[in-house]
Amino acid sequence: MVLTRWDGLRYALHAALMAPLLLLVLGAFGMAGQSLGPDPVETLLRELGWWAITLLVAGLAVTPLRQWLKQAPLLRLRRPLGLWAFAYAVLHFTVYLVLDRQLAWGEVLKDLSKRPYIMVGFAAVLLLLPLAATSTTWAMRKLGRRWQKLHRLAYATAILGLVHFLLQVKKDLREPLLYAAALAALLGWRLWKQRQRAKAR
Amino acid sequence: MRIHRPANILPSEITPRTVHDERRAVLKALGLGAGQLAIGGSAFGLLDAASAATNTAANPATATGRAKLATRPSPYSTREAANSYTDITTYNNFYEFGLDKADPAANAHTLKPRPWQVTIDGECGKPGTYDLDTLIKPHALEDRIYRFRCVEAWSMVIPWVGFPLGDLLKRFAPNSRAKFVEFTTLMDRVQMPGQRRAVLDWPYREGLRMDEAMHPLAILAVGLYGEVLPNQNGAPLRLVVPWKYGFKNIKSIVRIRFTEKAPATAWNVAAPDEYGFFANVNPDVDHPRWSQARERRIGAGGGLFAPKIDTQPFNGYATQVASLYRGLDLKKWF
Repeated sequence: MVLTRWDGLRYALHAALMAPLLLLVLGAFGMAGQSLGPDPVETLLRELGWWAITLLVAGLAVTPLRQWLKQAPLLRLRRPLGLWAFAYAVLHFTVYLVLDRQLAWGEVLKDLSKRPYIMVGFAAVLLLLPLAATSTTWAMRKLGRRWQKLHRLAYATAILGLVHFLLQVKKDLREPLLYAAALAALLGWRLWKQRQRAKAR
Repeated sequence: MRIHRPANILPSEITPRTVHDERRAVLKALGLGAGQLAIGGSAFGLLDAASAATNTAANPATATGRAKLATRPSPYSTREAANSYTDITTYNNFYEFGLDKADPAANAHTLKPRPWQVTIDGECGKPGTYDLDTLIKPHALEDRIYRFRCVEAWSMVIPWVGFPLGDLLKRFAPNSRAKFVEFTTLMDRVQMPGQRRAVLDWPYREGLRMDEAMHPLAILAVGLYGEVLPNQNGAPLRLVVPWKYGFKNIKSIVRIRFTEKAPATAWNVAAPDEYGFFANVNPDVDHPRWSQARERRIGAGGGLFAPKIDTQPFNGYATQVASLYRGLDLKKWF
């Protein structure tokens, strides 16, 4: 395999996306001047969740960006974004389960049955599972056109993730709304493209 | 988690070891002996060296450079270990200075807590506008170490300095129509830049029923850890009602009004289904979006794995205040 500058970029992206996690781990141990602040569990939940949703939206922006910039290899950056979004989402969920709810299953079940933001967030994590599992090149080949169909679920997860974000904000809706606008634009662009293609036929 | 201590230690004598050590370390670094401590002018004009000296256990010399207050201990204080000064002053909900909990500590320097005036009006015999120092001068300051339970399901133990709200209210001769007390925060977009955004219906307002306001646990706080209150904690004058959720404890008060009808309160206006007028801490009434059954004690031993603690009815002050709400459906009047 010949390494291109795109491979270099891909590795750099992996490293960059791991960095926030590394800082959080350092913070958890109070190392290298990092700290999670007075409420470390809350900080972990917020940061991990923020990275999950941000990377999901970033991953969805790859295709439009690729076509707009006419840079086909950009597509190779999508998998790192998606996988790290998955990793942050799973860690976010794990922190909720282990550190926040402290494995009190009764509470967790109550959350899952009673609290819309937890239901929606949980659904988002669940939907990410098949996407992560089919992220390999082998799976892509094997699934062929069905792969693309399956991976449209990424939109569903991003929407669920955003609803989860919106539902728990106490007052400041600016950030989740900004993400919602970005997501709406990306989705709108896709639908517009589809109609163009249908017309061309 | 309750930390039991021998009964012969006054609650006000308890300073977290870390805070104590921090302060000692700084004093040492500064090359100061206890006797050489130069104390700046008191903002309250209440400071006298003798009483400050007798209170060294309650008010250890601090590294913050803030004016110390002459205080006396109170039987209402909890024996639980207090949170560190850093926790209490860097983790605040004070939307007038930003929405992030670290914002108030970073931004509240724009607030000028002196000179400060408070207007007292409404259904009372002696309305007027008073300079803060005059207003609080007749009151002896007490250390009140209280549990503090935020509606967001975290909690702290905070060594306030203050005096009973009821003692102040009585001085203004509330009349028979005075059924409630309304409090209002300063409205000033320069001093409180967060007010430029309509996050809440500014200025922040809060209210208590008259009997709640007269309860000896309800205090007006002017200090923290034996010192003048930092801006981010609601300087120069804030309400502390320990059996209610934190948002009832309105900060930087400029107006106290006696009313016949229940006053509109900031969070209740913003989201009436989520934040009631009473806002009594109640593990059995969940916030619509999260459980109130347990709470995360900030700074608890164990760090990330510190076990959550069960939230107590009325935040553990039920024996003192539950009678105020006899016959009231607490699920309806949350």
